[in-house]
Amino acid sequence: MFLNSLPTNFAALEVGQHLYWQIGNIRLHGQVFLTSWILLGALLVFISLGTKKMENDPKGLQNLLEFLWDYIRDLARTQIGEKVYRDWMPFIGTLFLFVFVSNWGGALIPWRLIKLPSGELGAPTADINTTIALALLVSLSYFYAGLSNKGWRYFEYYVHPTPIMLPFKILEDFTKPLSLSFRLFGNILADELVVGVLVFLVPLVLPIPVMFLGLFTSAIQALIFATLAAYYIGEAVEEHH
Amino acid sequence: MLAFNFFGATEGGLFDINATLPLMAIQVVALTYILNSLFFKPVGNVVEKREKFVSNNIMDAKNKLSEVEKLEADLLSQLQSARSEAQKIVSEAENESDKLYKEALELANNEANASKEKARLEIENQTSSARDQLFKQADDLSELIVNRLILEK
Repeated sequence: MFLNSLPTNFAALEVGQHLYWQIGNIRLHGQVFLTSWILLGALLVFISLGTKKMENDPKGLQNLLEFLWDYIRDLARTQIGEKVYRDWMPFIGTLFLFVFVSNWGGALIPWRLIKLPSGELGAPTADINTTIALALLVSLSYFYAGLSNKGWRYFEYYVHPTPIMLPFKILEDFTKPLSLSFRLFGNILADELVVGVLVFLVPLVLPIPVMFLGLFTSAIQALIFATLAAYYIGEAVEEHH
Repeated sequence: MLAFNFFGATEGGLFDINATLPLMAIQVVALTYILNSLFFKPVGNVVEKREKFVSNNIMDAKNKLSEVEKLEADLLSQLQSARSEAQKIVSEAENESDKLYKEALELANNEANASKEKARLEIENQTSSARDQLFKQADDLSELIVNRLILEK
């Protein structure tokens, strides 16, 4: 987009450029899949190493994974409730891990050192496709959770305190995925842009605090995404009296 | 073509939504299943097994503690009863020895009294016999004197 030819090439910014893969009639953003495969591969390797030899006295990596598991269980249990949180814990945990690994991987690994013919590698969550995919999965999940737990009574939720709420509740079904996807997308993209601009303007020292802020934001966004997803599912399975 | 653009660009752009979206969704669903079998299930099994183990142990310890407390109370009551029993035996023995002492004392007293009485009776007997003898001798003597006086006249 601008200044690709400067000697400090790693600091150049490209916004809205994609590495297109054409498969038959469909086009994909290749850079999103490349980074996500690298990061998810690393995550899976990390997890298989940690769960390779499970012991009753947790040591090292197993300890960390158990802490993570406990953290996700607490998150799912507080938001979804004691009754069905077990069914949804893997989904909530996967959302959390995927968003967290994507955000931190995008912020920590110097992707710009790898040259692509078009576009650049970065956090998969800085692509609107990824965040909309995640948000739509959350929407499907809470509909499925509500319908499978309460059957048609799920729709009582729409008129819950009074029927006046009906239009607002219907509107919510659209605003939930919209806000979920745009919040994540906006935060991660903005973080990448701010760091990129700062590195481009002042390549020394100054970007470091912003990078730390970016790491903080990334972690918080992962937590927010998972918590909200769990909350929506919890709201759908909650029994009204 | 699935691609469409919000901002009017013919190619690319921030809001370029295309087949990346459904494929990413499929990838995340697949990841959910992979993580479930690779991470959530095994770790959950281990953690829940340990939690069960710990809670079982705590329950066991609680049961044992209550058992110990029961045994302690039992022992204490036993000790108490043993102590009172001992007290009883001691007081009984004291009574017994007291009784024996009294009996022995009475017996000794009686014996002493009896021998005293016997001695007194003997003394009395002897005194009376001595007196009788004396009287007799006096009588004999007086008779003798009388006889002699009569015979000499």
